[in-house]
Amino acid sequence: MDISNLTAVELGAKIKAGELTVKEAVEAALESIEQKDGEINAYITVLKEEALARANEVQRGIDSGKYTSPLAGVPIAIKDNISTKGIKTTCASKILGDFKPPYNATVIDKLNEAGAVIVGKLNMDEFAMGSAGETSYYEPTKNPWDTSRVPGGSSSGAAAAVAAGEAVCALGSDTGGSIRQPASFCGVTGFKPTYGAVSRYGLIAYASSLDQIGPVAKDAADCAAILDVICGRDEMDGTSLDYEHPKYFDSLTGEVGGLKIGIPTQCYGDGLDKDVKSAVLGVAETLKSNGAEVEEFDMPIIDYAVPTYYIIAAAEASSNLSRFDGVKYGFRAEEFEDLTDLYMATRSEGFGDEVKRRIMLGAFALSTGYYDAYYKKALQVKALIKRAFDEAFEKYDIVLFPAAPTTAPKLGESLDNPLKTYLSDIYTVSVNLAGLPGISVPCGFDGNGMPIGAQLVGAPLSDAKILNAAHAYQQLTEYHKQTPDATGKEV
Amino acid sequence: MAWETVMGLEVHVELATKSKIFCSCTTEFGGEPNTHCCPICTGMPGTLPVVNKQVVNYAMKAGMALNCEITRYNKFDRKNYFYPDLPKAYQISQLYLPICRNGRVPIEVDGIKKDIRIHEIHMEEDAGKLIHDDFNDETKCDYNRCGVPLIEIVSEPDFRSADEVIAYLEKLKSTLEYLGVSDCKMQEGSMRADVNLSVRQAGSEEFGTRTEMKNLNSFKAIAKAINYEAKRQIDVIERGGKVVQETRRWDDNKDKSYAMRSKENAEDYRYFPEPDIPPIEIDDDWYNANLASLPEFADAKRARYVSEFGLPEYDAGIITTQKALADFFEETTAICGKPKEVSNWIMGELMRLLGENDAETKDMKLTPKALATLIELVEKKTINRNKAKEIFAIAFKEDLDVAKYVKDNNLEQVSDEGLVKEIVDKVIENNPQAVDDYKSGNKKAIGFLMGQCMKELKGKGDPGVVNKLLSAALA
Repeated sequence: MDISNLTAVELGAKIKAGELTVKEAVEAALESIEQKDGEINAYITVLKEEALARANEVQRGIDSGKYTSPLAGVPIAIKDNISTKGIKTTCASKILGDFKPPYNATVIDKLNEAGAVIVGKLNMDEFAMGSAGETSYYEPTKNPWDTSRVPGGSSSGAAAAVAAGEAVCALGSDTGGSIRQPASFCGVTGFKPTYGAVSRYGLIAYASSLDQIGPVAKDAADCAAILDVICGRDEMDGTSLDYEHPKYFDSLTGEVGGLKIGIPTQCYGDGLDKDVKSAVLGVAETLKSNGAEVEEFDMPIIDYAVPTYYIIAAAEASSNLSRFDGVKYGFRAEEFEDLTDLYMATRSEGFGDEVKRRIMLGAFALSTGYYDAYYKKALQVKALIKRAFDEAFEKYDIVLFPAAPTTAPKLGESLDNPLKTYLSDIYTVSVNLAGLPGISVPCGFDGNGMPIGAQLVGAPLSDAKILNAAHAYQQLTEYHKQTPDATGKEV
Repeated sequence: MAWETVMGLEVHVELATKSKIFCSCTTEFGGEPNTHCCPICTGMPGTLPVVNKQVVNYAMKAGMALNCEITRYNKFDRKNYFYPDLPKAYQISQLYLPICRNGRVPIEVDGIKKDIRIHEIHMEEDAGKLIHDDFNDETKCDYNRCGVPLIEIVSEPDFRSADEVIAYLEKLKSTLEYLGVSDCKMQEGSMRADVNLSVRQAGSEEFGTRTEMKNLNSFKAIAKAINYEAKRQIDVIERGGKVVQETRRWDDNKDKSYAMRSKENAEDYRYFPEPDIPPIEIDDDWYNANLASLPEFADAKRARYVSEFGLPEYDAGIITTQKALADFFEETTAICGKPKEVSNWIMGELMRLLGENDAETKDMKLTPKALATLIELVEKKTINRNKAKEIFAIAFKEDLDVAKYVKDNNLEQVSDEGLVKEIVDKVIENNPQAVDDYKSGNKKAIGFLMGQCMKELKGKGDPGVVNKLLSAALA
């Protein structure tokens, strides 16, 4: 049967109502993967046997009333940097090619407790470093709207799988836009929660102070339902916030009357594609005509966000990825002379170019004599960016800008020019630097028919507010309901 | 030309918390390799460190006891380097905002008092151990020690002699033991000292080039290593050479140190703030709770033992050096109410046995109850002092119920005059020569006769009664 037109919440309701069994839902998801993934390459690992076995178990749990979450029985796919016990968790890297963690990430335990069924592990940029899904050791993922184009990254598999109907919903991670930008490129909804709203335990770190797990789904309501399951203080993560979360799904009203929306003028200048600009400003118009107030304001500091991000993220990455040394687990070079050579050979062969580039960048920024000039200064700018957002949120409930300056580029273009690719992260990285919640919602198509995403950003812990604004917008529009031709466009 | 040695110390102390600094694994020493570890302390991908609050308490208390300022807003940092005993390839430590700063440790050497300044105390995690198997040409990693909490106590360069260094280390050891934050066993590595040393001409204000010495596993090794290194540096300079800034390893078997690495080859640790651990904010309640829990330390105890119990200054000083000894003294006194007797037993028999057995007070089996019982039995003349010493030696090595032991082995002192009289008469009858000697003026002969009586009484005779009856019989 075809479940590809159903959202996670709708599917969960049908399962709960007995109109559909968990097994049927899982089989449909697996069938879709089988049909489409040869071309899209959204998955690294498909858990066919495990998911089918789990489907029966969950069905019994639903029948006996054990599972009450709206996600009970819903198939979900997981980005491959989120640890799954006994299941390969590769970070799309050769160096973790055979790595099976002996533990689950906290979010996986929470999904299991809610009765969700994990159908596979998703492709991504290696160690979440990339904006196009092309740095994966396991071949690039293709954009389902046009397979000659990239799906965005680093949660490339998550966005592509949801767009192609290969997954009902997915978990991604977002360090500098890795959920929101691919969601924008693939015409799906991607949400990065407030830093600390979701436990990072088990998320293989890229940049610890910026990483956050979040949902990629068909709409904001699904994102809210998933956030309800995965959020909350975790004793295993000291940076998770001790905060009583609202019921995100239940608090969706679809009302935006009186909502104050700020438009930072600096986010609509040079380098922004004109189709993207008009589509994103269209979101403001739509919300305005339904009672929201819209106002432009200045936020010049945003120009410094990209260099600040690349110094902080690379610095943390250089340290976080040091543990992959060939001593304890994962890939080890076959030939080496001594200990230093073991490290060098293993890491030279085990990491891809982009990962090596960021490790070197980060190690340089932290080295004696450069720390003050780069890392320390970046931390100071980070504080200024946070302050600029704090000031904006004294006036506005939500700040609206694009998720990316363009729609999805062609495959290969990003790898040719890393600097240009870094600069295209301009609209997403500041949100991570300030620890804010941000959502990317489909808001139109460019001249090539490629999806455009608008980004709604809120103050820390205003996740419910922006989910509701996105939900309201989706009640008024149909962009999020558009799906690509399943086999992709031949160009 | 007179030379002056200038030293600063970096002392690593393992904290005696039950669990590790960032996970719930046990900190117990030993164990089969890789059995006291988990995905967190072995730095598996995706795992995160969460600070054990008890580590912060212990570090804070150590700082308070060493007269430090407590950094109410302190942070962890990462020290990055590759080595197989460090599974994350970084050590979580504190560089920029350590928990304690600007402390002061008073010491006394040969009657001269001096303060050693503490630069800082920071918290960090220990690394694992590498075991080199030369036979198979392999190196094996044991991660049991990974994540065991440490504090590093960094002094200012205030030491001028090995004696000062030892006095300081003894003071640290005593203070930390009193706090109960560490067992400070140098042999097991729970207390490790690195010595930074340079020499200069006496009177000079400038520091010479320093070396850092590692692998110093006992106070004796430290004293030897200091004297060796000072002499080595003076030799180098007097021969017209220059001291090289380097790290040196002490070889206690060869009484020599060897250069490990020079400053040129020193690693760049690329320190930066640990992003996985939020800053630690110590509010007044938390601070005051630790302040209120500080125990009475050695100096205060010593003064009290003199004033309250009337112990000699010297004895009070010895007993309070070690917390275990002071605890033993206080507990025994609490039972028997005879502080001077307790002190005499400690200063005499206990010190002798500890010395002979090369044992630590905390490892002995002797209980306060056992000594208190012995003292009471001697007091009541149930046993005599010599018998008591024999029993004490047994109780030192095994947990002994003294009263039961005395009873079971029929060791009660014989004070019954009728019984003693019979023995005295028998001894006089059997030793006419000694009796003659005594009567002809050799008064020493009574000692022999006394000994014979005690032998007949199997050592249990009340010496006072025996002496009285024997003297009467000879008169």
